[in-house]
Amino acid sequence: MIADFGYGVLVVSFLTALYSVFAAIYGELKKLPNMVESARRAMLLTWPLLTLTAGILIYLLVNDHYEVQFVYEVTSLSMPTYLKVTAWWGGQAGSLLFWSWLMSAFTSLVTFKKWDRDREFLPWVIAVAGITLAFFLGMNVVFENPFRQLYQTFEGINPYTFQPADSILFTPADGRGLNPLLRHPGMVIHPPMLYLGFVSFVIPFAFAMAALITGRTDDRWIRLTRRWTLWAWLFLSAGLVLGGRWAYDVLGWGGYWGWDPVEIAAFMPWLTGTAFLHSVMIQEKRGMLKQWNMILIVLTYDLVIFGTFLTRSGVLSSVHAFAESAIGPLFFVFIGFTLITSIALIIHRWDSLKSETKMTSLLSREALFLLNNLLFIGILVVCFWGVIYPLISELFTGQKVTVGPPFYERATGPLWASLMLLMGIAPLSAWGHSTVKTLGRAIWKPTVGAVIITSVIYATYTQKIIALISFFLIALVILVTIYEYWRGAHARQRSQGENFFAAFWNLTGRNRRRYGGYIIHLSMMLMAIGIVGIEMFQVETQGTIAVGDSINISGYTIKYKEVASWDDNPSGVNYTRAVVEIYGEDGAYLGNLKPRKDFYFDSQQNMTIPGQLASLKDEVYVLLINWEPISPVGTTFKIFVNPLVNWLWMGSFLFIVGIIIAAWPDKDTELAVVRSSKQVRQASAAD
Amino acid sequence: MSLISSKKLLPMAFFVSLLLLVLLSQSNSVLAQGEEPTDDDVNRIAKQLYCPVCESTPLDACPTEACRQWRDLIRQMLAEGKSEDEIKQYFVAQYGARVLSDPPNRLASYAVPVIAFLFGALLLFRGFRMWIKPAESEAVSSMDEAKPVQQDEYIQKMEEELNKRK
Amino acid sequence: MTELQNDAPVRKGVPLWAQIIIWALLVGLLVIVAMGLNRAQQGTVQPGHVIDNFTLPLFSGYQFEGRSEIHLDDFRGKIVVINFWASWCKPCEQEAAEMQTAWEEYGPTGEVIFIGVDYVDTEPDARVYLKKFGITYPNGPDLATHISQYFRIKGVPETYFVDRDGVLHYVQVGPFSSIDQIRNIIDPILAE
Repeated sequence: MIADFGYGVLVVSFLTALYSVFAAIYGELKKLPNMVESARRAMLLTWPLLTLTAGILIYLLVNDHYEVQFVYEVTSLSMPTYLKVTAWWGGQAGSLLFWSWLMSAFTSLVTFKKWDRDREFLPWVIAVAGITLAFFLGMNVVFENPFRQLYQTFEGINPYTFQPADSILFTPADGRGLNPLLRHPGMVIHPPMLYLGFVSFVIPFAFAMAALITGRTDDRWIRLTRRWTLWAWLFLSAGLVLGGRWAYDVLGWGGYWGWDPVEIAAFMPWLTGTAFLHSVMIQEKRGMLKQWNMILIVLTYDLVIFGTFLTRSGVLSSVHAFAESAIGPLFFVFIGFTLITSIALIIHRWDSLKSETKMTSLLSREALFLLNNLLFIGILVVCFWGVIYPLISELFTGQKVTVGPPFYERATGPLWASLMLLMGIAPLSAWGHSTVKTLGRAIWKPTVGAVIITSVIYATYTQKIIALISFFLIALVILVTIYEYWRGAHARQRSQGENFFAAFWNLTGRNRRRYGGYIIHLSMMLMAIGIVGIEMFQVETQGTIAVGDSINISGYTIKYKEVASWDDNPSGVNYTRAVVEIYGEDGAYLGNLKPRKDFYFDSQQNMTIPGQLASLKDEVYVLLINWEPISPVGTTFKIFVNPLVNWLWMGSFLFIVGIIIAAWPDKDTELAVVRSSKQVRQASAAD
Repeated sequence: MSLISSKKLLPMAFFVSLLLLVLLSQSNSVLAQGEEPTDDDVNRIAKQLYCPVCESTPLDACPTEACRQWRDLIRQMLAEGKSEDEIKQYFVAQYGARVLSDPPNRLASYAVPVIAFLFGALLLFRGFRMWIKPAESEAVSSMDEAKPVQQDEYIQKMEEELNKRK
Repeated sequence: MTELQNDAPVRKGVPLWAQIIIWALLVGLLVIVAMGLNRAQQGTVQPGHVIDNFTLPLFSGYQFEGRSEIHLDDFRGKIVVINFWASWCKPCEQEAAEMQTAWEEYGPTGEVIFIGVDYVDTEPDARVYLKKFGITYPNGPDLATHISQYFRIKGVPETYFVDRDGVLHYVQVGPFSSIDQIRNIIDPILAE
């Protein structure tokens, strides 16, 4: 009964979204302001409606309504309540609803604000966002209804949206339970973050389309959506980082990123989004690259949809993939529709998207930003090709192939290195014009510093040439960034008479996007240290030892102390936990680790939880191998020593801080916009 | 003058690092000489293989029964004194090219992204030339040297301060 | 609405060659994805389909009439039962005894041939499995997964019944639960 009501509300939300699309377009074309206003209200209504739908689903999940197929598939009696709630996005149907719910929250936020200045965008923003929302809701309504109930008929027990004739409701005694891999706290937050990132990129896309349709192709749409883009980027980045941390903690590879097609599917919009973030700055400052920005936002949006499609349609198989389902063709049609219309629109408006100013120097910041865009797109092409190559190979030659990490590492490695070099040069170059002389004057000190640091690393740490190139680039970027900070703070200190720390603080506060961006660059370099460490210096060993024996690996001694196994009946898990002691090179006791193997009764699945001993230098990562027997007599351990990996996590943290600084709302945005756009006019007039 | 040297700098750095990466990423294989192979010997080969039963997971980390059997087979072949390449070739013959982590047709798999990248670079540099040429002639006619366009008042102030200091 | 007016508005638009390239790439991409999607949505080979010839090398010791490899076409005029299995597959063990019993029943008539195709398996383990269930019909590895790809199998065990004309007659996904189930499929084809 409750489930039927939930489905009813879902259908009403779908119809409301559809109505707002049609009302917005019709109202705009027939010049009926009331109609557009009605569309706006309908769009505002979708969020409360979907919140109600979601509330009903959560009620069913929390109260063990196993007659509902979705509840049966993702929860079980033994799961704690908070996991029953988060099981909402643990399966296909629920996560689609979750996506729609977030999407409607964002579109409501957008339509809620005052629109007096940009009235002409409104109907088209509603239409584009509404079409996306209606598409996702439509899949829920038609193919993936989370409220489907189990009915027993002559043919057996099957899920139905509507009760078939001659059937009775079937309520299983217990559910199948959430996949144990998804019970990790990282997995609880990772999908919402990714989805937030995905749906918030819909907003800039909707504005871009509105700009193209109305012909108001100045940079107003970019200014209106700048914060959205940054927040979208924040969520997407956080989602990716959390995903990596989750993989590191529960998948037991000793790594955080496996170049799995589904990971790449989430990574591709990040690449175009990052390129977009950089190139919109050129449009704002110099009135250039309008065409390119349109292309980038269209790419980002369609990569979001395409990534979701790849994950959910069964076209690719992968550890993350949802089971095959009927939504594939619908997704395909939607991707085709959005790509064709948006490309046609860009071509139609191509001339009005011409640059206002000319490029004056190859070393100007805008030229370097363009190079940055080229490199990001290059990485995107590698990723995209890697994902679809197996498909092409199988379709045209009948040969199945795997495109694994070596391909991506080889093909993107030089591109990443060039990006780092750019990260070192670009902040020192000026908008409009730079010469080798001015640039050289700024860069020689950081370069000398980086050379010194690299020689120290050569003497003390490694002689591997690729690692040395990487460390040189990392040092260069860090030094350049710090140098820029120091120059700014120092100038401010002198002009404003502030002490150094106040100057530092105010500098960041007054120009958050620039200095937030620098923090992001710094954090990227910390992450790069971790990545270089684990990619080039990871050591691993595996061995079966008895209690009391030990394994040696790169200076560490791992001694097997004891093992214990017990059932935790309320949670439905059997834990097997070993205790190992870690000793350093000099025999010093460093601590003990408790790697675990958890067996979940409801899903009959194993999880291996590593024991981790972290330091800035490296991390000892001990796994109980889950396909080998475990006993006091002999237990198989796999041990990784992951050098520098914790710099990755520290960098990730700083990264989020940097984006928040850059994206934090300004009080006087509107004023700033007016001023700087005036300056662009003057600047372009002066050219 | 200055333009030419800087134009060459970035692509050169790029190709040098590309070359280095390709040269240095060739793995060298060490053979186990007929002795009892260790888990590490097995994993070193297993790491490079993918079993069709668990796609996208390397063989050394895959917990399924099928993959356990594969690892046993690697161990057995190592014990028989087979080399890494022989073992890999056997697996390719048995289960197809998809067991390798890299597509066998290197040309097709690597060429497309490289060509696409070069095409993008070509478009970009063509664009640069088109943008800069007219701008340069304009600049020459209007003034001797193009002035840097500064939107950032802080940077401007900062530069002034730094100059004062000297 | 503050578009900068160019002094000489030249409407060039996107050059035709670029438009052609863009649309061609887009269509190409969509076609590839559509084909991939179509393949993902397709089930196994459907009954009524004429099965192409394939070659199966046999495990040594499992020669069939002295031959170390067999071809599907050799058995035109007979009913061919093609069973996909693997030693790591638990459900396969459920049906292994029934399959062997059925082979012992139908094999001697000369009207029916059973073929075991071992999917993604290692030879030592496969041999242990064959010995354990006393399987005597011809068995061999699915080299480079060509045969299973042709049948588009979704998993193991799966069994395909091909009639005398080489036309697929019936597909069994999952294990057989009894020998009667196998008989109920073969007998009607025999009666045709």
